[in-house]
This record gives sequence, structure tokens and C-alpha cells, in this order.
Amino acid sequence: MNLKLWRCLIVITGWLLWSALNAEPRASGDLGLVIERETGSVLIINTTTASTLSRIDNLGDLSHASVVFSRDQRYAYVFGRDGGLSKIDLLQDKLVKRIVQSGNSIGGAISQDGKLIAVSNYTPGGVKIFAADTLELLADLPAEYGDEHKRSKVVGLVDAPGQKFVCSLFEANQIWLIDAKNPRQPQVTKFEDIGAQPYDALLTPDGHFYAAGLFGEKGLALLDLWQPENGVEHILADYGKDDEQMPVYKMPHLEGWTVAGDLLFVPAVGQHEVLVIDQRDWQLIKRIPVAGQPVFVMSRPDARQVWVNFAFPDNQTVQVIDVKDFSVIQTLQPGKAVLHMEFTPRGEAVWMAVRDEDKVVVYDTDSFRQSAQLPARKPSGIFFSNRANQLGL
Amino acid sequence: MPYLLLLLLASQPVVADLSSARQAELLNMLKHDCGSCHGLPPKGGLGPSLMADAIADKTDALLFDAIQNGRAGTAMPAWRPFLNAEETHWMIQRLRQP
Ligand code: HEC
Repeated sequence: MNLKLWRCLIVITGWLLWSALNAEPRASGDLGLVIERETGSVLIINTTTASTLSRIDNLGDLSHASVVFSRDQRYAYVFGRDGGLSKIDLLQDKLVKRIVQSGNSIGGAISQDGKLIAVSNYTPGGVKIFAADTLELLADLPAEYGDEHKRSKVVGLVDAPGQKFVCSLFEANQIWLIDAKNPRQPQVTKFEDIGAQPYDALLTPDGHFYAAGLFGEKGLALLDLWQPENGVEHILADYGKDDEQMPVYKMPHLEGWTVAGDLLFVPAVGQHEVLVIDQRDWQLIKRIPVAGQPVFVMSRPDARQVWVNFAFPDNQTVQVIDVKDFSVIQTLQPGKAVLHMEFTPRGEAVWMAVRDEDKVVVYDTDSFRQSAQLPARKPSGIFFSNRANQLGL
Repeated sequence: MPYLLLLLLASQPVVADLSSARQAELLNMLKHDCGSCHGLPPKGGLGPSLMADAIADKTDALLFDAIQNGRAGTAMPAWRPFLNAEETHWMIQRLRQP
């Protein structure tokens, strides 16, 4: 090698070392993940600069993935369809650890103290609890039910105050309240016959109520976590009973409870409607007609607006409801197959995953205009790190 | 020889007429819209596995009926409004490919 080349190399190495030492430390409060469902990868993004920082590959089947964040907002835990549980370091753009903990999984939660990760599994049906730091398995709770000890798919798993987890059993029609204070020996309280086929659930942001949506019948199953001894109540059991039920091409999700003056907005299963429920007496106060079957009904953090996306074949549309008078004030067409939406922490912008156009678009929630666009491969879920500090997310 | 050709044609899947654009659309649908319940690859989720080995012992007629008409009382919807017979057969053949 000649001298010139050596010199050149030394300069480059020196520069690399220097820049590594002087690298701007990265903060994590405005970071997030975008799931790329087909390639089994995620993008680490920054919401302040609306930019992509890196891509993490080899995360398995992410066709139905969700994410929770450690409370220091440094780590993201990705739950994949194939039972994969991946821990990602948002500061160093790397996969810290990945385990495959079941054959088929649907989602997960992080405990109140941030030390436990719980995963809800389809096959074999049940809940597993892991140490958040090492991903060591601490407890395995098979979702067995009935005399034949069949196993049910577990859905709607959330954390709740008092180091608890709550979940629902799709085939068993049960809600389980799991006390994980002793994580190696969790105590389970089972509520049976809560209604047919709970498909997803949510926790109110104050941690007071757990509500599971029912697929097999009308209404919601409601558990008051302040008084679990009162059991589960079936609310809205007969609204729209005589309406023709339409086929459901994508299961709705329950997320983003709106607490504007005690109001709850939920998707109606198999109807082109968003339901508004008064949380004080659990009565249905309004059925808002919308452009399709709602999938996500998400409130902006200030709860003034509710954004709704739709199931196939209406998934190119997004509508915005004004909470002031329940009117649909915007009908947007962000692109083909809008799968998920996520608001920035204070809600000035919303990010939307447009699967079939391989992009994520950012809209201003005041002007309803697109403010940025990022390429992403078949994006589905979008999850921001401020979820770290929210109960039930 | 013409007889042989006819035989060959007859044994071809009935999908020769689907444009490649429509085939791409169907594939996308299979991956993503069916995938939201059956997984990607379709190893199962809310709906059962549709992997080649999982459906090997199920007849085309059974799968065709499930896709076209859905299964009442379950989360499997009828896809008839969006898939004609030919397209449904194309999907089934696609699923049967190992
Ligand atoms: C909303 C969820 C959902 C979607 C979307 C969905 N399926 Fe299904 N599918 C199911 C469920 C649940 C079953 C099981 C029904 C039962 O218990 O008999 C099923 C069953 C089937 C079966 C029968 C399998 C067997 O072993 O008997 C086939 C075939 C099938 N689906 C194909 C498809 C195709 C093709 C698509 C997309 C065009 C699709 N499904 C979309 C939920 C879904």
C-alpha cells in the first residue's frame, strides 16, 4: 500500500473516532416505530423532524404486530404474529434480544413498574410473563377452559394499576384479572360468561375500567377495576339488534378511549358507525354514521377530534369527527389501505400508515393537510415512545 | 397432437384469463387482507393456517365455499362481492403452492 493511501486511511479512521466521540446523544421522547409487515422489519423514526433514523430487520412475521415501550423510553418491545418477542434499543438502533415464545401471538403489555412484559398468545392459547430486562420466562398461564381443558386464544391484554394485567379469552368468553405482584406465581381471578367472543379490549386512561368488545353478540363487557368483586357487566347488549349484520373484513380494534366529558367512542362491529357512550351511566348516546366499518377509532390527545380508519374495502378513507357536536368534519383520502394512525404526544400531527402505497404520511390535525411523507415498506402499525407513560398502552 | 394440446389446455388451471395486474392485486389481497386474520405467511391467526400442508387434505370445493360464502357464526366473511369464481380458484391454487 502506498503512503498516500495510508495517510488517507488514518485520516478517515481518525475522523470516524472523533465523530463517534462527539456524536450528539439521542433523546428518546420523540421517537417511534413503524412496523413493516411484509418484510418483518421496523423503522425507528423521529416525530420532531419527521424522519427515519434506521431500519431493524429480521423480526419474523409482523403481520399483526404491536409495540410497548420501557418507561425510560429507551427500549421498544415488539410482539410479532409468529410468537416473536423482540427488544429493540432505540438509542443504538439495534436488536438487543429476540425470543420466539409461542407459535402464534397477538399482542402484549408492560407492567406498571416496567419490569414485566406479558404476551397474549393464540397458539398455544395463554399468557406468558417475562422479565423486561432479560426476557427470561417467569410465568406461563395456559388459557384453559371447560371440562375438556381446551385452550382459548387470548386477546385484549393490557396492564392495570396494582401491578396487574387484564385480558380476554376469545373462545372461552372470559376475562382474566392477573395480579403479578409475585411474577413467578401470578394470581388469576377469572370472570366467566362475560359475552360471546371478546375480540379486543381497552383500558380507560385512568385505569378504572376495562372494556372488551364482543364479536359474537352486541355490546361490550365491562369490568370496573375499582370494584372487581361486582363482576363483569354486559353493556349496550341490544343496540341495533335488528339491523342487518354486514360481513366483517377486518376485525376492529379498541384503542384511544376519548374522555372528553366522559365520552367513549368505539367502533360498531359490522356496521358503518362509531358509537358514543356516556361513561357515567354506560348508555349509548349517539350512533355516528361513517364511511365504512371502523377499525381504529382514535382520539387526538386533547380529545377534541376523533380519527377513524376503515376496514376493506373502504380502507383508503379516513374521517375526522368533531367531538363538540359529533359531526364528521373531514373525509380524507391519504392513500390506498390506511392501516393505522398515531398522534404525536400533544396531537398537532397524526401519522398514518398507507400500506399499499409503501409510505407513511403525516397530517397536520388543524389544517388537515399533509405535512410530510416517509417511504416505508408495507407499513402497518405506528407506535410512538410517549406510550411508555400511558396506562393500558 | 391437437388432442394432446386440448388435454394440456384443459388441465391448465382456469386462471389463464386473469391479467397480471389483477393477479398482483389478488396476491396483495391474499397477503394483507386475508393475512390480517390468517397471518403472513398464512400460518394462522384468528383464522386457521392456510399453508399448503395445512390445507392439503381439504378439497377445492370446501375451500371455495369457505372463501365465497364465509362461515356463518365465525369471523370468516364471505368474499363473493370481491372475488369471482375464477379469482377464488386462482387464490386456492396459490395457497396450494408449497
Ligand atoms: C376477519 C377475519 C378473516 C379474514 C379477513 C379472512 N378470514 Fe378466512 N377464516 C377466518 C376464520 C375465523 C376461519 C375459520 C372459520 C371456521 O371456524 O370454520 C376462516 C376460514 C377460512 C378457510 C377455511 C379453512 C379450513 O381449513 O376450513 C379458508 C379457505 C379461508 N378462511 C380463506 C380466506 C381467504 C382467501 C381470505 C381473504 C380473501 C380470508 N380467509 C380472510 C377469518 C378470516
